[in-house]
Amino acid sequence: MSSQLDPQTKQDLLNPKERSFTQRLATAADWRTAILIPLLSVITALLIGIVIIVLTGSSFGDAMAAYGALLEGSVGSLRAVSETLTAATPLMLAGLSVALAFRAGLFNIGGEGQALIGGMFAVWVGFSITGIPIFIHLPLAILAGIVGGAIWGFIPGILKAKTGAHEVITTIMLNYIALRLVDFLLKTTMFQREGRNDPVSKNIESSAEYPAFLGGIDSALRVHAGLFVALAAAFLIYWLLFRTTIGFEFRAVGANPSAARYAGISVTKVYVMVMLIAGALAGTAGAGQVLGVLGRTTPGFTADLGFDGIAVALLGRSNPWGVVAAAILFGGLRAGGQQMQVSASVGIDLISVIQALIIILVAAPALIASIYRLKTPVASTQISKGWGS
Amino acid sequence: MSDRSAEFEQTPVESYLSKEVKSNVLSKSKVRRAKIIGIVMLFLAAVVMFVLAPASQGVATFGLSFSDEKFQLSALAIPSTAALYVLAMVLAFLGGTQFLKGFQRKSTLILGISFVVFVISIMIWATAGQEFSLISMLVSTIARTAPIALGALSGILCERSGVVNIGIEGMLLGGAFTGVVMGSLLGGWVGLIAATITGGILALLLAWLSINYRVDQIIIGVVINLLVLGLTSFLTAQVLVKRPEWNDAPIFPAIKIPLLGDIPIIGPMFFDQTVIVYAMFGLVALTTFMLFRSRWGLRTRSVGENPKAADSLGISVAKTRYLAVIYGGMVGGFAGAWFTLGTVGRFDEGMTGGAGFIGLAAMIFGGWNPIGALGAALIFGFSDSLSQKLALINTAIPTEFLAMTPYLVTIVVVAGLVGRARPPAADGVPWEKK
Repeated sequence: MSSQLDPQTKQDLLNPKERSFTQRLATAADWRTAILIPLLSVITALLIGIVIIVLTGSSFGDAMAAYGALLEGSVGSLRAVSETLTAATPLMLAGLSVALAFRAGLFNIGGEGQALIGGMFAVWVGFSITGIPIFIHLPLAILAGIVGGAIWGFIPGILKAKTGAHEVITTIMLNYIALRLVDFLLKTTMFQREGRNDPVSKNIESSAEYPAFLGGIDSALRVHAGLFVALAAAFLIYWLLFRTTIGFEFRAVGANPSAARYAGISVTKVYVMVMLIAGALAGTAGAGQVLGVLGRTTPGFTADLGFDGIAVALLGRSNPWGVVAAAILFGGLRAGGQQMQVSASVGIDLISVIQALIIILVAAPALIASIYRLKTPVASTQISKGWGS
Repeated sequence: MSDRSAEFEQTPVESYLSKEVKSNVLSKSKVRRAKIIGIVMLFLAAVVMFVLAPASQGVATFGLSFSDEKFQLSALAIPSTAALYVLAMVLAFLGGTQFLKGFQRKSTLILGISFVVFVISIMIWATAGQEFSLISMLVSTIARTAPIALGALSGILCERSGVVNIGIEGMLLGGAFTGVVMGSLLGGWVGLIAATITGGILALLLAWLSINYRVDQIIIGVVINLLVLGLTSFLTAQVLVKRPEWNDAPIFPAIKIPLLGDIPIIGPMFFDQTVIVYAMFGLVALTTFMLFRSRWGLRTRSVGENPKAADSLGISVAKTRYLAVIYGGMVGGFAGAWFTLGTVGRFDEGMTGGAGFIGLAAMIFGGWNPIGALGAALIFGFSDSLSQKLALINTAIPTEFLAMTPYLVTIVVVAGLVGRARPPAADGVPWEKK
């Protein structure tokens, strides 16, 4: 098992407090795996995207125009940047959720379900409590989202700890259970908007909304205070993972559960705590969408947030700041994709394809290394350890 | 429960305890488990007795024949309230016995019977005072079982060789897409072949990245799902919208088998279906035989259980895994054709709607065994079909909860609360020849 440790983790385990993020960037091998491989992956995926556009009957010029629109829609104006950051906010939290679990050797595919339940909790607090000021109502609604997500994350955690049930299977199943549960709840009188037959929840009170902090400049600037919550969460997770004993235990269990147990770490406790926090993060992401963008919930309102979170965590190499950077990139792709669809009539689903390609290339760095003839030792990402163990 | 499965019940901590202590812990947990099962059954009895029975009145009528069948069966008329009280008594008796004495080895079976009784109770309660076409529900159960069972089969083939396949959903969706496009252009049979090849190509990607590059297999599976969903949605929006004639394939008709098709109930269920459903039964039988009775099957299973031992005997782990994964992918692609060529003849974005994951659930529930997976798929197909048909008649039943069944059952199974699913030992572990 120990042979599977990548050098970075090994170093972190040896002296966790002595190496900062910048220090880690400074060493040559780390620089390649942390920056170069992800960058080349993104470029390669974008190039394949051009091929796909051309193959579906558009000219090369059209493809270039589409990418121009993509760039313009993501960073071309203040409004575009606002859209990028709006899209990046939930991705950061969902990515952190997956990244934290990765660090402890768990694969949280359940971000989707956790975000759904968190969002439902948040929307309920958002519309059912009235007449209290924003500085009480908003934190209460966020807290509800955290609790909802944590509950949904706790289930696979406790099942893994107590029965050994593989978290990949249980989280996938819980995603679908959450989806159906939301479908059901949205048709109950508790959630459904009065006078509507379709499944849509009541609107949240304005006192539960994340303030759009640039709304004073232009009301079309949607970027909201949830961004700061996400950045704070990134800092907290970084601090937790690399500056606390609990975080050390998380990483030790992720590196080698047997050795960690032998060293006196309670592996079952770590599994439960990691999934609890991961669920809370994803729940915050779902709540953020409800409180900052949507204002209500509809069936499947999280729109594959959990899966995008996996992509973000992989691209960010499970480092909290890497996750933030990856989330901004994917947020830009999402926002630019909208523009691409409108002005170049190239469907936004292309972004999903590019995202999937990025994950493949990031997860298989040997592929990138062989395409670009990099001379760097690369090991493929191995997170799951099979159903059996 | 045999000693073998007991071995896998132990939590990691218990493995450090001495043998005597371990057996003590196990028997205690067994007793607790038996009590829990008893309580669950008593709870079901209480629900039937105090919730369903008082709320139902009138006669529940279940239709057993289609009007065009040769031999007509008269509809089954059940006085709902009386029947529900009787069923509640049965459940209470079973649950009470389980709680006090326990059925030991048979307790899982008894629990299964209790669930069947409970489902029947729900159906009687929902139908009370109305008419429900039981036969059309049973026929659609078999039809809906096909993609789930084939999806599960796809997973079994990959995982028996040691490659985790989370990408079943993507293979289904890819097969559904190319199936409809090629089916529209060149006819249904070509569509079926194209769907199969698509599944094979996606599996090749899974095999190539997991075997040659040792990429995390679960990540590849997730990527296959995302990639296919994105690509098919993109192509639908870019191409199929402009060319609707490419998205209009002929549907395979149901083929009635002479004589057998005239048997009441069983005839329409099993002998009046499309080729895809017949092929499903054929593939389950063939794969079972191949896996457990052929040299290829033995080699495949050995590679999935202990690749090192297989390698030392001269079996090529990589080649064996490639073959099994590609075969599995082709089955998955074929299954995808059901969604377009087997039902509606047109493709919609994300139309498989999680069926691949239900297939994954069926694979686990069926213990990585084709016959077991078929059984599980039948249960899931039933719950799917029941929720569809109950939505048609006026009932207060929230069908979403029925739709949750496959997922809940899977969690219960992987948690070892009822029986224990044991995956192949080397499932998901990349192989590197030293």
